[in-house]
Amino acid sequence: MTGIVPAARVPLPEPAENRGPERASRADRGKQRESPGGFLFSPWHLILIPIALVMLVPMVWMLATSLETLNETRHFPPIIFPHTLRPANYSDVLTQAPFARWFVNTTIVTVVTVAGNLLFCSLAGYAFARIKFFGREVVFVLILATLMIPFQVVMIPTFIIVKDLGMINTLYALIVPNLAGAFGIFLLRQFFRTLPVELEEAARIDGASRLSVLFKIVLPLSGPALATLAVITFLWTWNDFLWPLITIYTPNNMTLQLGLATFEGTHQTSFNLLMAANVMSMLPVLLLFFLAQRYFIRGIATSGLKG
Amino acid sequence: MADVTFENVSKEFPGGTFAVDDLTLDVGDGEFLILVGPSGCGKTTALRLIAGLEKPTAGTIRIGAETVNGVSPRDRDIAMVFQNYALYPHMTVYRNLAFGLKERRTPKRETDRRVREISSVLSLDELLKRRPAQLSGGQRQRVAMGRALVREPKVFLLDEPLSNLDAKLRVQMRAELKRLHKRVGITTVYVTHDQVEAMTLADRIVVMSAGKALQIGSPQDVFSRPANLFVAGFIGSPAMNLLQGRAGPAPDGIGKTQVTAGELCFDRAGVPSGDVVVGIRPESMVPGGEDLPGPSLDLEIELVEPLGESALVHGTVAGTAARSGAEEEQAILIDETSRAQVTAIFPASLQSRSGDRVRVRVDPERIYLFDAATGEAIRHD
Repeated sequence: MTGIVPAARVPLPEPAENRGPERASRADRGKQRESPGGFLFSPWHLILIPIALVMLVPMVWMLATSLETLNETRHFPPIIFPHTLRPANYSDVLTQAPFARWFVNTTIVTVVTVAGNLLFCSLAGYAFARIKFFGREVVFVLILATLMIPFQVVMIPTFIIVKDLGMINTLYALIVPNLAGAFGIFLLRQFFRTLPVELEEAARIDGASRLSVLFKIVLPLSGPALATLAVITFLWTWNDFLWPLITIYTPNNMTLQLGLATFEGTHQTSFNLLMAANVMSMLPVLLLFFLAQRYFIRGIATSGLKG
Repeated sequence: MADVTFENVSKEFPGGTFAVDDLTLDVGDGEFLILVGPSGCGKTTALRLIAGLEKPTAGTIRIGAETVNGVSPRDRDIAMVFQNYALYPHMTVYRNLAFGLKERRTPKRETDRRVREISSVLSLDELLKRRPAQLSGGQRQRVAMGRALVREPKVFLLDEPLSNLDAKLRVQMRAELKRLHKRVGITTVYVTHDQVEAMTLADRIVVMSAGKALQIGSPQDVFSRPANLFVAGFIGSPAMNLLQGRAGPAPDGIGKTQVTAGELCFDRAGVPSGDVVVGIRPESMVPGGEDLPGPSLDLEIELVEPLGESALVHGTVAGTAARSGAEEEQAILIDETSRAQVTAIFPASLQSRSGDRVRVRVDPERIYLFDAATGEAIRHD
């Protein structure tokens, strides 16, 4: 990731330079906020801090419940600070359900989907950004239009296609339909268009093919956009529930989100175990978010809508 | 190395504008050719046509013996320096220089040898590990040249390579470029809007306007024998002074024609009667000296710009100014009087001041005449 940072800040020739002052000022503001001089208080904090606390409550409650006994979880009002901690909930989850298996399944699905999106959306986004071909604008608008169709509408046709391909109840059903997406194509196209075209022309004169230009020039300069796409795809895939619910029915092939739902019984739910599993399933997401939030936010702010 | 040929080449952009319009041109092997003209004249498009970044809509382009109309840029064996250098920002100087060789699968050893060689020619040895962002403007410019030259291309294309440098560095790099060309002798096509660069660097100049080549010739030729009003107005700094005039039979000569423009009046053989434009270069306007022969003008000085040795003197003379079509900007202050704006170069020792009236003489041999209707030069021997 460190390799991406200087690339993103390099004062590119003209087109990028036009964005220079804006970027610089944003960076300056960032520095100011992090300045070691002291805590800069702004009136906004009076609103932001209470909201942040409210947002934290479910997380804290989840963490607390995951360490309680089953009886404590049924107490009303809820016990936020349990008297005795029961870390055994965590090991119970691992023994009572194929949690490790679900974790592996989810990881496979997520990693392959993220990689697929980065690859295919780059290729498509680059073609839409730079290569002139017949019907380019029409096809692009059609792809964009799919963003407006809710998943519930295409759910059944997709299911039928996946079934006909013989992928039902396999991880392929979760991966293949999501390998590329309109959002990723749009995001990367918009970003690629902001790169100075002379760089690509120089590379082509230097003897690079279109693919070489994409992989050796364009992608190394697209760190923020790629990171954004990776994080967003990761979150979507990791947390997806509905599609796995439709396509997967054997416990061994389930993902975390689907598996966690099986903790909810018809007559009673082991909330302490459910929450312990939830905590574990959230860890990778939280970790990724903390590592990548810089790109995540900047990517959405700078590359998503400019063009 | 190779020559480059344009045969009736046109490039029409969607919407019907011709960036290059029926251009026929020969660049000799090892020649330094400069395309010069105001912005939007099609010179950069012509360069991009050679590079293969644009495809011609008509005509044939040849590099060496090969017709390259449909050949992709990578297979043309040309190199190009862009106006903004287009250095790969994520690569070190070394990798920038080596990129083209790597893409062409040059053996590693050979690549390394050639990168070291070119970096010592351009004094980049100390900078090989830096990234473009850590270089000064002049250094970036040298890396861009190195990246183009390291491949030893058949044709070297430069698109306003000096325009992003400050004035002093530009003069220095200009001389370096000329030295470099002498040394490597690659066929070079160079695009600029700066006619000083064109004059100093080129073996031959192509003056372009609206996609057409108006004149092709050596810098001296283009300067002293402009083919038309546009070239006359474009080449030369400050620009040639142009006055509207008339040619008619001289009252006291057989076969001679008298040309009048404002106060100016002189005889010239073989000029057809009619409206003409009279062109006088600023350096041809000689102040004072009642004893100097030839026609003279009364110059009313408005503004003096001292240049050290000499001074640019802006003022007005009797008559009406003519336009060449090559002016960068419309005159900001439109002169409502019947006098014409002119510029002259006087020795600084004269200490001209605004408000002065000076008698200026012009050698009639150094007066240019153009047909007012067509703009074509009226030559005399």
